[in-house]
Amino acid sequence: MARLPDTKVGNARWIRSWWAHELFFKQTWRGSVASSLLFPFLFLASLEIGVGHLITAHSGLVEGQTYLHFIAPSLLATTTMQLGEGESLWPVLASVKWTRGYHAAAATPLAPDDILYGKLAWVATRGFATSFVYTLVIACFGALQSWWCLTLPLIGTLVTIAFSAPLVAFAARSDTDASFTALYRFGLVPMFLFSATFYPLSAYPGYLRPIVQLIPLYHGVALTRAAAFGQGTLSNELAHVTFLLVMAALGIVWGRRTMRRRLTD
Amino acid sequence: MLTRALPLFGSRRSVRVLERNALVYRSQWLMLLSGFFEPLFYLLSLSIGLNKLVGPLHIDGHAFSYATFVAPGMLATSAMNGAMIDSIFNPFFRLKISRTYDALLATPLEVTDIALGEVLWALVRATLYAASFIICMALLGDARSPWVILCWPGAILTSFAFSCFGLAVCTYIRSWQDFDLVALVQMPLFLFSGTFFPITLYPRWLGAIISFSPLYQSAALLRGFSLGQFDWIMIMRASYLLVIALVGLYVASRRFQKILTP
Amino acid sequence: MTSGHILEARNLVKRFGDFEAVKGIDVAIDRGESFGFLGPNGAGKTSTMRMISAISQPTDGTIEIFGLDPRVDGPEIRRRLGVVPQEDSLELELSVKNNLLMYGRYFDLPRRVIRERTTELLEFTQLSERANDKVDNLSGGMKRRLTIARGLMNRPEILILDEPTTGLDPQARHLLWDRLYRLKREGVTLIITTHYMDEAEQLCDRLVVMDQGKIVAEGAPRALIERFSTREVVELRFATDDHEQYFNQFTKFADRVEVLPDRILLYVNDGDDALRDVHAAGIAPASALVRRSSLEDVFLHLTGRSLTD
Repeated sequence: MARLPDTKVGNARWIRSWWAHELFFKQTWRGSVASSLLFPFLFLASLEIGVGHLITAHSGLVEGQTYLHFIAPSLLATTTMQLGEGESLWPVLASVKWTRGYHAAAATPLAPDDILYGKLAWVATRGFATSFVYTLVIACFGALQSWWCLTLPLIGTLVTIAFSAPLVAFAARSDTDASFTALYRFGLVPMFLFSATFYPLSAYPGYLRPIVQLIPLYHGVALTRAAAFGQGTLSNELAHVTFLLVMAALGIVWGRRTMRRRLTD
Repeated sequence: MLTRALPLFGSRRSVRVLERNALVYRSQWLMLLSGFFEPLFYLLSLSIGLNKLVGPLHIDGHAFSYATFVAPGMLATSAMNGAMIDSIFNPFFRLKISRTYDALLATPLEVTDIALGEVLWALVRATLYAASFIICMALLGDARSPWVILCWPGAILTSFAFSCFGLAVCTYIRSWQDFDLVALVQMPLFLFSGTFFPITLYPRWLGAIISFSPLYQSAALLRGFSLGQFDWIMIMRASYLLVIALVGLYVASRRFQKILTP
Repeated sequence: MTSGHILEARNLVKRFGDFEAVKGIDVAIDRGESFGFLGPNGAGKTSTMRMISAISQPTDGTIEIFGLDPRVDGPEIRRRLGVVPQEDSLELELSVKNNLLMYGRYFDLPRRVIRERTTELLEFTQLSERANDKVDNLSGGMKRRLTIARGLMNRPEILILDEPTTGLDPQARHLLWDRLYRLKREGVTLIITTHYMDEAEQLCDRLVVMDQGKIVAEGAPRALIERFSTREVVELRFATDDHEQYFNQFTKFADRVEVLPDRILLYVNDGDDALRDVHAAGIAPASALVRRSSLEDVFLHLTGRSLTD
């Protein structure tokens, strides 16, 4: 039997947890990659034929862009948010409750923190890969107009982690998936719909705009648009980045607590 | 080989499966009720932004707002999605993971009763959900005719077709990874079935292909009801959905039998 | 009824594709009898059980249960059967009580009747205090007892149990056995599969030994032991990896010698005598044990393999 390299990677034991996720993925990636490649193409194509066509005919440009170009970057933000959700809720619940894979990992030299970091590192890896592909697709539709667009994969990764970290923490303390439905219905779906994703912030009446700006996804959407079109001010964009970073950090702090409680109590 | 004479589509006993699901989900009745908010959110988001951007659409000489055009299509889509979840995801779990059905088979229930029972359960949920969707449409002014009430049976028929179809698909699923393949079919269906924009925007040949999409047929049917525009072809649309339902249920029953009592 | 038996199967065959799980067996069971299927995993017991529970159809052969044909009257037969499958398949999210309610409804029992029987059955299986607990939180033994309570919900004439005590601790097993005795006294016909010979000896009036889809012996447990084994057995262990080398040394001490990977079995009439002879011959095993013959020995004799491999 081949021996695994010894755990001489110092304190970076989390890499083993990352590696476990990668192993799973290598066995199961085919379908999910096909759909994640195809989806942006089909979605943007459907926009070009349909709604985008109607809007251009009726209203012309939206914030100086065709509707297709206006929507394309925000697709990166919503997709990475959904990736963060999908990778975090049910898979984590399965690992702490149904298959108890995390309990098995916790019986090895891995500590709960390592398992958490490995998980998040893995989600970030997928977030980056997905964002990279999406950036290329968006470029195919001609929506990238600035060198800042090179930051899109990083922005996508940030959005993935900002959503994944708190959701992993939440899932790690759950016993059933009943609460997930509520979370989707009252949190994640409205967020998807109302973050000025499908139309500009200016569509909202003035008194609603500050509220929309408190929605986490809004910051992701704003960042992707700024990067794609090269518009926006540095201070604004830094504020968006800070918002998402804080969200990720709080999620990690919370996740350390819930994972420890779940796996060591 | 001996074959057994079975009721083709299940029997009255299938109601017991419905009862089982109702009991299991009883603790989640609040969640079921909250389903009311989902169409509200979707329709609200449409009227905030897209109505103004898209502008009025002209169909048969009448002008409609975009939300009025899209709402019945979204009702059809949500009937499809709900039916697919109820008939692919959950029964897959019961069939292959939790082996719930094994316990049922030791009782007077037959395999076909189980399949029909699952479809009935999907329909109960669809009935509630469609009702709340139609109420939201009326509240937000997205319904143009009192005939919108016919969207109710229309949406239930849609759910019937997709849940029978979905249950048949469910029996071919080998592992969770296969759900990606389901998504691969569902996604283009969702994007290109004329739910978000009139099918007249397509080249004629493409439109002809798309008219085979059950989702397109359902959306067109429901749109007819909500706009109060009736047409003989709507009978064809409804029949198409009914045929899909019956074929799906037949296949599902046979396959359930093969899996549960090989 | 066409036969006097409560259950009769003739030339029963079950094939899954090319694999033949049950290769033509005949069984007849009388009302009130406690009947066992003994055999190792993979002997075809569960396939047989599913056929005589009117759940799966035989590929060939006939079954009559209560004089009825399962192909025609499956629902009617199952209405009168109780089944305790190998896997509990309980509803983990539901309470103990609701599991029974749900199952009772499958039999079209009125809710009032289900309520009465639930109280009765929970008392019988000593689960009354857990009536409102989620099944997920029960111990393995409790889940097993609940599965038995569930199987009794329709007051079955035959109760079919597939490996009823696998995975239970000794205390939970004895409690279960006790409940099964009581059912038997009340006249319920029990059909049990097991790969534990002590369970078969304890519970069954009569049993068949199955191996590779066939019945290799049939009879009462004691009768089988008398027929296929000696009265006592001496088990010897040596500090070696290869017990095979000792085979020839022992043939002169016993009627029959069996060599297992970890021990040697001497089949004799008087174990103490035989052990004395072994010591007298200057052979010093690392450990030695004298015991009575069991069904395990019958199985070993009939198939050349151990039951629990």
